[in-house]
Amino acid sequence: MDYIDEKLSDDFTNALLSVNRVEASRIIESYFAVAKSFAAIERIIGQALEKIGNGWEDGTVSLSQVYMSGVIAEEITDSYLPKLQIKRKAKPRLAIVVLQDHHSLGKKIVSSIVRANGFHLIDFGAGLHADEIVKLAIENEIDVLLISTLMLTSAMKVKDIKDELEKRESKIRIIVGGAPFRLDSSLWRKVGADADGKNASHIIETISQVV
Amino acid sequence: MSKDTMNSLTRVLTALGHQEPDRVPLFLLLSLYGAKELKLTVKDYFSSVDNVVHAQLAMQKKYNNDCLYTFFYAALEVEAWGAEVVFVDDGPPNSGEPMLQSYQQITNMSIPVIDESLSLRRVLEVTSRLKQEVKDSVPIIGVVMSPFSLPVMQLGFEKYIEMLYFNKDSFTKLMKINEEFCVAWANAQIKAGATAICYFNPLASPTIIERNTYFATGYSVDQRTLARINGPTAMHLASGRTLPVLEDIVAMGSAVLGFSGLDSLEHIKKASQNKICLLGNMNAMDMVNWDCQIAEKQVKEIIAATGVGGGLILSDNHGEIPWQVSEDVLLAIGEAVRKWGSYPLNWVDKK
Repeated sequence: MDYIDEKLSDDFTNALLSVNRVEASRIIESYFAVAKSFAAIERIIGQALEKIGNGWEDGTVSLSQVYMSGVIAEEITDSYLPKLQIKRKAKPRLAIVVLQDHHSLGKKIVSSIVRANGFHLIDFGAGLHADEIVKLAIENEIDVLLISTLMLTSAMKVKDIKDELEKRESKIRIIVGGAPFRLDSSLWRKVGADADGKNASHIIETISQVV
Repeated sequence: MSKDTMNSLTRVLTALGHQEPDRVPLFLLLSLYGAKELKLTVKDYFSSVDNVVHAQLAMQKKYNNDCLYTFFYAALEVEAWGAEVVFVDDGPPNSGEPMLQSYQQITNMSIPVIDESLSLRRVLEVTSRLKQEVKDSVPIIGVVMSPFSLPVMQLGFEKYIEMLYFNKDSFTKLMKINEEFCVAWANAQIKAGATAICYFNPLASPTIIERNTYFATGYSVDQRTLARINGPTAMHLASGRTLPVLEDIVAMGSAVLGFSGLDSLEHIKKASQNKICLLGNMNAMDMVNWDCQIAEKQVKEIIAATGVGGGLILSDNHGEIPWQVSEDVLLAIGEAVRKWGSYPLNWVDKK
């Protein structure tokens, strides 16, 4: 069943925005009973997260709602994958990290959206320095590295990662996100990133653009 | 007072009263920038009261700034609770791992005694030394974190958001503790000589927390806290949108609102007119990319849209000038305020 009922999609989006785990799960469960397809669930979740991300962009949705929607969406996806014996998408190899500081909210939002879309994502953690991140990315044969930052100082250090990867002739792509990149729209280019991931809900599309 | 004899304090007070002073007041919120001024590392700079006093006075003159800013860094408050602070050479000290790993730990928290915290004592000493120097000629701006926003550093953002939605009891306990600390810390700064308190509260912005959740959680906390601070306050939402909650903030009694680069200049001027003085809204992050021409253009645009009739203090939207901003840009901002911000603003199309 490819057609997503607009009302169902709106109801699911509203359940996420009102942080109603029970209602969100119930909607997906009743939809799955009819659609009998994980791909269909993925689509409805993806569509809702995109609407919520667009709401964040235009100021009608808060960061907390974006975060909680991602958490709930990830929980729902997690509950279907094992029972349907579906394996997460392993390619491209993705990893996420918070550069230098310990503020992990952005990482968690993006992780939830990536995982809610069925991808495998390696979490390198928070508070890591540029050299540690380069080492981990190369050791883990990462294709796309998602880097979250809160402070401008940390954001500038993405350049060190890029330079080191180039020195090692690595083809790892970098997508950056976080407050400094939202407030300075040219910063991602200055630090040598391959894309700006400022709208977390578009992260899957952004990943597909850089690989 | 005659416009010819205005000093920084009278200029600011006139703007606060929604009247036109001699020119638009300028608040360059320079904190760690003092380390750059004195060519010191950030850690060394903040380790000495002399450094901060010396740099604040020097920078106030150099940039024709209308305030002294006793803010050290945001993590200073959690440092007083025993949390780790991470220093870097070219940016603000940042909070390390959250001090609370679980909600259960809230029960065992005790409120820091201000006199027992070296870092808080330094701020108070800076405040009183600056007050001795400038008397009542330049406003001294102290800073507190709202009890509602502080848990981002105490617990981490994710745990705190989940607490707001799902754990009312822990939230209430934590707010009770944070409120007491915030009131004590704000009033200690006022007592030491701060003219006003900048009340940083990014979570009150609908950019971070939707308005109905803020009303169900933080609004009454902020209301109670602000009512107990013995001096004027400026509510600063640290880059988050302010327009949707402007009336709510006015109702809480703050004299000033630090507004966002995301707010429409035209709409916010209309909404704030004769209700609350605007503080902002130069984009602090983007300022890193500015040259002198861009600085002048930005200053002119903000003054044109929000300066007529007073009620504007020109500042950045974030609450701190980044290390990476050039001195030339800061000097150009000061120059542009004198050029375009001198009242009356006859060059502005008042339609």
